[in-house]
Amino acid sequence: MMSKTLVEKIWDAHVVKSEEGFPDILYIDTHLIHEVTSPQAFDGLRKRGLPVFRPKQTVATADHNVPTLNQLQPIKEELSRYQVDMLTKNCAEFGIELYGLGHPFQGIVHVIGPELGITLPGKTMVCGDSHTSTHGAFGAIAFGIGTSQVEQVFATQCLLQSKPKTMKIEVNGTLEKGVGAKDIILYIIAQISAAGGTGYFIEYAGSAIESLSMEARMTICNMSIEMGARGGLIAPDQTTFDYIKGREFAPAGEEWNKALAYWKTLYSDADAKFDSVLTFNAEDIAPMITYGTNPGMGMGIQEHIPATNAQPEKEKLSYQKALDYMGFDDDASLIGKPVDYVFIGSCTNSRIEDLREVADFVKDKRKADNVTVWIVPGSKQVEQQAINEGLDKIFEAAGFQLREPGCSACLGMNEDKIPAGKYCVSTSNRNFEGRQGQNARTLLASPLTAAAAAVTGVITDVRELLTPLAP
Amino acid sequence: MKKFTKLTSAVVPLNIENIDTDQIIPARFLKATTREGFGENLFRDWRYNGDNTPKPEFVMNNPTYSGQVLVAGKNFGCGSSREHAAWAIQDAGFDAVISSFFADIFKGNALNNGLLPIQVSDDFLAQIFKAVENNAKSPLEVDLENQTVTIVETGAQESFEINPYKKSCLINGYDDIDFILAQKDLIEEFETP
Repeated sequence: MMSKTLVEKIWDAHVVKSEEGFPDILYIDTHLIHEVTSPQAFDGLRKRGLPVFRPKQTVATADHNVPTLNQLQPIKEELSRYQVDMLTKNCAEFGIELYGLGHPFQGIVHVIGPELGITLPGKTMVCGDSHTSTHGAFGAIAFGIGTSQVEQVFATQCLLQSKPKTMKIEVNGTLEKGVGAKDIILYIIAQISAAGGTGYFIEYAGSAIESLSMEARMTICNMSIEMGARGGLIAPDQTTFDYIKGREFAPAGEEWNKALAYWKTLYSDADAKFDSVLTFNAEDIAPMITYGTNPGMGMGIQEHIPATNAQPEKEKLSYQKALDYMGFDDDASLIGKPVDYVFIGSCTNSRIEDLREVADFVKDKRKADNVTVWIVPGSKQVEQQAINEGLDKIFEAAGFQLREPGCSACLGMNEDKIPAGKYCVSTSNRNFEGRQGQNARTLLASPLTAAAAAVTGVITDVRELLTPLAP
Repeated sequence: MKKFTKLTSAVVPLNIENIDTDQIIPARFLKATTREGFGENLFRDWRYNGDNTPKPEFVMNNPTYSGQVLVAGKNFGCGSSREHAAWAIQDAGFDAVISSFFADIFKGNALNNGLLPIQVSDDFLAQIFKAVENNAKSPLEVDLENQTVTIVETGAQESFEINPYKKSCLINGYDDIDFILAQKDLIEEFETP
């Protein structure tokens, strides 16, 4: 039998039809939807007089546009309220399960899928959101689609897709204390650029990846799109199975045994051919921070901003524009630079493990006076768990504001925006111009680096604040 | 879906790399529930000041430049999957976008709406920018049937790639849903264990 990569195994198991000169018709197991990219797709169905073909394979939540304070009050902003109401109406009309505001399962679409056991190894999953790659952490083919494709999946439970090229990124070795999954992925993107993965599906592998928790693996896969890749995934292993077992919609009983037997076949064969292979050492990775306006513009926190003159000729103009926007100079160090906001949240870093790590670090510490700190849990379940574990008390004592679940300040769409000109150390995924609010300046970093900035009020190398391990 | 065959037009040059979909259409304008009207907010924060007055230095505010073709630096359309980016470009009167590299999702979204993304070489992209620098009205000819783009004044021509299926969709103005729905039996067969 021909050896296959993990992507090929899952892909081939979902091809309804493959014909020369046409993209494959790919069957989609699970379709996640939210309020922003679905209304025009529902409208399209109405115009065509079509139902949703497999409503039971579709799950909806409201996340992008929701406020993160007083969520049970009517949404103040009229257009946001209308969009969220429209989702409720559309889901009712087309028979789709909705975890809307007030529901105990509500949350960021890429946080709730995994925590409810909807995200499973070997599945094909799509959502009208580029960070759908998050679900790849379970060994699923998961990717973001546009609204026309949302309509396509509604109408047919299939997508026309050309088989992607495959890339393997291996990270081997042991991470230094204070360095985590977010640093790994920011490091990889800085190495291969914001376009370095375009056209590929990436499989992350190697000992450093295998040693990560599911939450950390989700952080890595989440940002695959930030190097242009369609998706990223990690072969499922015992860590994956342990995470899934017992979750709300996970298979149980005999179904579990059957599923597990299949999941254990989901790995790239030893001699499978990837179109590209890259290898990195975990020991080379420091806490990372971005200094520019795309996620590829990142560096180790102790490094200096690369000089404009060192950039390729045709990229100089764009590079200078980015530094001007950020208010940074060539060769500058960011250490000690005052920050105004710290945002800990988004589909990249809003899971319980992220909140625990931050709470553990800020226990008995207090935020600096010049910083506003927002902690936005990824879901109602994460929020509840944080409260159950008493993390809310730690945050309160530190002056960190624990808000309600949603996409929040990741994308400057809802009420949570960073004011113009202000610097925000953010655990989200994009530092584009205006991403967090008009003229807001975003520095992407890990939850620990963000928490360190919150406590000191300036960009800080978190390694210097961590207590050395007892001998 | 809008049909595309051939066009000859001056271009709007935007020589910036990594133009992401948050620049094309910022998230705060994604609250509409229809596909229309996004054009007025295309490149909103580059095009207008905070008080909604136009920024004269931005190319779309310069009456010297006009046309149905947007020409931009590499990795155009990176970032979010928002199809609103393709809708906004189309709504603002563009029928084609030229770059030396497109982000995947944007490219797919554009094709699904009859907005033609044309990937050219770095060298040809530089030639287009040069031609527009010399003559702001320098026309470009795009021929989808023959998959060529030509700088009319210099005669320089390059061919571009497009999936043959998507090409026929654009030329005929039909979309993927019609195509997949025709195979519904196969889908139901696939679902049967």
